[in-house]
Amino acid sequence: MDWFPLYNSIRIAAVSTVLVFFLGIFAAQAIAKLPRLVKGVLDVVLTLPLVLPPTVVGWLLLLALGPRRPLGGWFLETFGLRLTMTWQSGVFAAVAVSFPLMYRTARGAFESFDQTLAQAGRTLGLGNAYIFWRIQMPVCRQGILAGTVLAFARALGEYGATSMLAGYTPGRTATVSTTVYQLWRTGQDGLALRWVLVNLGISAAVLLAVNLLERREGRSWP
Amino acid sequence: MALTVQLQKRYGDFLLDVNFTVENGEALALLGASGCGKSTTLKCIAGIDRPDRGRIELDSRVLFDSEAGIDLPPQKRRVGLLFQSYALFPNMTVERNVAVCLGRLDQRRRRERTAELLALLRLEEQAALYPRQLSGGQQQRAALARILAAEPRALLLDEPFSSLDSFLKWQLEQELREILGRFSGPVVWVSHDQGESRRNCPRVCVLENGRSAPVTDMAELMTNPGTVSAARLSGCQNYVSIRPGPAPGLVEVPDWGLTLRAAAPWREGVTTLGLRADRVRPEEAEEANAFPCQVVRVVEDGTSLLAALCPEAAPPGAPLLWMELPKDVWAALPDHARLLVAVRPEDLMLLNE
Repeated sequence: MDWFPLYNSIRIAAVSTVLVFFLGIFAAQAIAKLPRLVKGVLDVVLTLPLVLPPTVVGWLLLLALGPRRPLGGWFLETFGLRLTMTWQSGVFAAVAVSFPLMYRTARGAFESFDQTLAQAGRTLGLGNAYIFWRIQMPVCRQGILAGTVLAFARALGEYGATSMLAGYTPGRTATVSTTVYQLWRTGQDGLALRWVLVNLGISAAVLLAVNLLERREGRSWP
Repeated sequence: MALTVQLQKRYGDFLLDVNFTVENGEALALLGASGCGKSTTLKCIAGIDRPDRGRIELDSRVLFDSEAGIDLPPQKRRVGLLFQSYALFPNMTVERNVAVCLGRLDQRRRRERTAELLALLRLEEQAALYPRQLSGGQQQRAALARILAAEPRALLLDEPFSSLDSFLKWQLEQELREILGRFSGPVVWVSHDQGESRRNCPRVCVLENGRSAPVTDMAELMTNPGTVSAARLSGCQNYVSIRPGPAPGLVEVPDWGLTLRAAAPWREGVTTLGLRADRVRPEEAEEANAFPCQVVRVVEDGTSLLAALCPEAAPPGAPLLWMELPKDVWAALPDHARLLVAVRPEDLMLLNE
């Protein structure tokens, strides 16, 4: 059995989770400070990929990143890099679909953060960056971790947008989910079952991790 | 060298308009009903809320000036604010909560100063504990240690005892007073408890509907509050409408069917007579302002006692007159159904609406 799809899936999920972690936190923090109307509109836009069919997200991404499209074309001309049909394209797809999970959980955690802690920190002379990373993030860390795990899980299971952006090239862009589809399509049920079991194992581990994190909620500091 | 505050802030129909000055080493009570803008005033001084207009100055440093476009960030104001909830960082031990506010010192000095502050506030044994493991009083001391670590030039206390059990308050009040006694800058103490501010602050600024009255001595507020709401905040219990009497120095109380002698002269706009319950006494010798009353009910309050009285000349439906006196004095009275009471002319407070 060729383990490349598992390696590729984890590679895509890991890279996209790192990106989504910072993007989601940044968006959650920035949007919390905006006026209500702007906040409402941006919130809808940023959450949309969560409810849109992944194929629609994939189609929209191709509209921007395709080799004959503005962004994709510019990249190809300037750097000689294709933004589609590579394993990195899988990262774009995974970021797009898992971002809303990180953004929404982070926003929820930040909203329940007691602002008087930040205010107290400022009157005590602590810098805003210190307050954010050393007080707000640790206090909200349960929610942030849960969001990160969910985003990772979503990125790992991504199929629709990935198959459109990265396609299925064995040994280059194949992921666990695209491999299962390919094996089923070509009638290799036995091999498909093995990948299905691998997938089930990973998903169960992720859910277990989320549950453990939630159970520790409120018991972080005595 | 002092804290001068002059600020205006509008919330919809509500206008906060506060003006006061606190000298160094002086404690000013900011007294007002809840929701009148006391906490907001403190937040504006500390820089975590912004006034629409005004000027805030501390030790001749301008913290905020809307006309000059000055608005120092809270980090640069050097104003210590003790939050109602204390706002200790829950993810840090007591020691760390104090140490993070000493970032300007090198490691060794930082450790020494942290130990000094923990000793000063008797928190050595709690140094390694997290805020959630502390009692309310310990949390307050930890919050004070942290504020002192930042070396503020002014201290603002936002209802320092509101989140504590009442039986703890007395002890903690003494401790807080001791700590404040060593602080050389101006102190603003927000409270809705007139007893608490009376005991701790010689000067007082009353906030009514968001507007501050001129700063006065606490003693002046107790004897001559001037307005009904200031009298309420000073703890006065009895209010009844009055009009000028037939001769100078006399006031008429139609609701009680009485004409009383007042030491204060009548002034324009007076509508109400305020009488403190502990200034109403059983008559001893023949004196002015004595009148008979029926006892309507009696409420025991620890070692003292509150009697609700109805002046005999009062028409039906008149407001009751509350009298407060020690229980043993009450027990010694010959008649507990009917009393002859008296008020001294200087205890009559003439109040504007």
